[in-house]
Amino acid sequence: MSAMFSQNPVMNGPNYSFSDAPRTNNGEFREHRFNPYSDNGGSTLAIAGADFCIMAGDTRHTSGYSINSRMAPKVFRIGGSNSDQSDATIALSVCGFAADGNALRDQLDTVCKIYRYRHGKPMSVHACAKRLSTILYNKRFFPYYTHAMLGGIDEEGKGAVYSYDPVGSYEREQCRAGGAAASLIMPFLDSNVNFKNQYVPGSGVGHELKERERHPLSRPVVETIVKDAFDGAVERHIEVGDNLQMMVITKDGIEEIMLPLKKD
Amino acid sequence: MPGFDFSNYNRNLALHAQGVPLPKATSTGTTIVGCIYDGGVVIAADTRATAGPIVADKNCEKLHYIAPQIWCAGAGTAADTEFTTALISSQLELHALSTGRKPRVVTCMTMLKQHLFRYQGHIGAYLVVAGCDPTGTHLFTVHAHGSTDKLPYVTMGSGSLAAMSVFESQWKPDLNEEEAIKLASNAILAGVWNDLGSGSNVDVAVITKDKTTLKRNYITPNEKSAKLQSYRFPKGTTAVLNEKIIKKDDIGRYVSVQEVPVEGGDKMEVDA
Amino acid sequence: MDHRPQAWGRPRDDVYGAYDHSFMNTNSHPNQHTQQPLVTGTSVLAVKYKDGVVIAADNLGSYGSFARFTDVKRLHTFQDTSVVGFSGDISDMQYITRHLHQKSIEESYASSSANKKSRLSAANLHTYLSKMLYRRRSKMDPLWNHMLVVGFDDDEKPFVGSADLLGTTFTAPTLATGIGSMLAQPLLRTYAGTDEEAAERTKEEAIKVIQECMKVLFYRDARSQETYSLAVVSREGVEMKTSEKLENMSWAFADRIKGYGTQTV
Repeated sequence: MSAMFSQNPVMNGPNYSFSDAPRTNNGEFREHRFNPYSDNGGSTLAIAGADFCIMAGDTRHTSGYSINSRMAPKVFRIGGSNSDQSDATIALSVCGFAADGNALRDQLDTVCKIYRYRHGKPMSVHACAKRLSTILYNKRFFPYYTHAMLGGIDEEGKGAVYSYDPVGSYEREQCRAGGAAASLIMPFLDSNVNFKNQYVPGSGVGHELKERERHPLSRPVVETIVKDAFDGAVERHIEVGDNLQMMVITKDGIEEIMLPLKKD
Repeated sequence: MPGFDFSNYNRNLALHAQGVPLPKATSTGTTIVGCIYDGGVVIAADTRATAGPIVADKNCEKLHYIAPQIWCAGAGTAADTEFTTALISSQLELHALSTGRKPRVVTCMTMLKQHLFRYQGHIGAYLVVAGCDPTGTHLFTVHAHGSTDKLPYVTMGSGSLAAMSVFESQWKPDLNEEEAIKLASNAILAGVWNDLGSGSNVDVAVITKDKTTLKRNYITPNEKSAKLQSYRFPKGTTAVLNEKIIKKDDIGRYVSVQEVPVEGGDKMEVDA
Repeated sequence: MDHRPQAWGRPRDDVYGAYDHSFMNTNSHPNQHTQQPLVTGTSVLAVKYKDGVVIAADNLGSYGSFARFTDVKRLHTFQDTSVVGFSGDISDMQYITRHLHQKSIEESYASSSANKKSRLSAANLHTYLSKMLYRRRSKMDPLWNHMLVVGFDDDEKPFVGSADLLGTTFTAPTLATGIGSMLAQPLLRTYAGTDEEAAERTKEEAIKVIQECMKVLFYRDARSQETYSLAVVSREGVEMKTSEKLENMSWAFADRIKGYGTQTV
């Protein structure tokens, strides 16, 4: 009798408890226009080690309450000499609006390939990181709606992670979580990678207490932290799940690992 | 005085005009279903409750008691489904006592729709009502605006389309109890796997004219995996700038103390 | 999700508040650049099986809630190697197919006569179409379609890809657009949840699950129709049927229903 499926909360279900014609903050009617953005969910995570770097992301691709695909990777090899990217040395992860993410990936990959052909050597992460920033800022007033992260090995052989905001502000970091479950994963990393607010028990009284010393983590430890971080995020965020894609970047190249996550 | 308190209505309207959004209620983004079979009716639900994209409760109960032989599966705003079913349950109990008869499912359905219609959809309760009474086996859906449906199989919630796809391709007349439970739980599983608003476990209630069987966590396909390492901090990791120790005997000087016997109960799920 | 094509590309209600459809009414506002779909097609379904792909869509072109055109072919063959299934705006579909026809003529000139095989695989075609859609959305003048591209990839493996008006793309062993993504996808995923499972299914199994899903969609999608097109893409080429009819429908649920509440007669 009644509209059969109208109770769907995304359609017109539980929302504001009184009717609200869409208006702007200052009370004027909102303009009608096409919305060129959407959100495809998912989460990413990057951690740098002493001589390696791990970039990870789940492979779920969503729209609203639907799963579009259970196998849509978010971490990509960048700047290899061929389309198969087998000799790539840099990885890019993108989270947010997937179409923008793909456009950004393609653009950065093209730039890196041209560099390789002109100079006969792959681009350094440092240079690639700066270039990614300018690509993002180029679209300052119609941004790529993505949280990008770049991982690789720097010129000293150390693991490097760069993270970006949608318009190109960036920073090199030890670790960073991005996307839908960033706010769930980041505090876990603060505690287990950066050892924030932790002291050595019994090392002193009051301000004499010594901070727990930070040191680059080993590869098995980082892999464990990444897996546990995603297992935790899957439990509490509906847009994260299906599979965990991990790219391990070392001086010998990029190794890809795919592991199952919960699918509900 | 029964009913709702509207004294903050004007204040909230003023706040909203200034651009303050209303707090988001916990919604049971949900898949719920019901199915009649020969000799009874089965209703089922998933157990995920969400607040936006965050899972608020991984194992909540969406099958609500109304009367011994009448149960209700609820979708929509969690608080509304809980309070509405509790309110009608209470009224129905009194009604049963004063008439000396078993409550009827149509009575329950009518009370629910009249209550919800009065509030014009502002009570966001979307219900599947099922039960057995002296007039037979019944299954209804009640929408927040007060409309009802009467069908041999029904689905509701954000996973209703996923669940309905299972019914539309597998339902047949004259099911037996075992087949009906299987069909209903499969419909819930379709929601659990394909709808982000639904997840975790499957709860089932089977109502016959003799008894009701609640199968809490009938299927548990989403057990949490164990963490790969321990995240315990050694004692003393947190810095303490100064400390003052108050003995148990002295605490009465600061607050009033009452001894409570320790009992086992629902323990919160925590990592070891 | 609200799956009507009229709602595609609009701000999400749960994020931005309820959409005011009075903006669609041009009486009180000046006409604006961006458009809305007029004649629309509903869901398209596609599944992989061990040596190919099956795709289907019904033959209805709706004008709002009015079943305006009942003989619209929404599956289009490209170079006898790929099929594109369109949902959303029919005029944009016709624009794209005209463009694709032109493209296929250019391609057949370009490829040598010795090598008859198309240079553009379905995977390539999917990329091409998604870039076209992404470019148009970036100009704020979208092509109001959500399409499935099926055929084979460069490794000769079955391919199913989706592209929508925002340029969003993804692939999966089974796909459905529109309301089919909510009503048919759960059934399709029990048929084949992974590529490994899809590689074990036969053509007959694939056709059967598609027929079952088309039936469910006709039961529950108010913008659907009984006659539909079904295409099988295999290494031998495209086998296209444009006037399939749903069979063995059951309305048995109706016989015990009396009223919607307290009615007993």
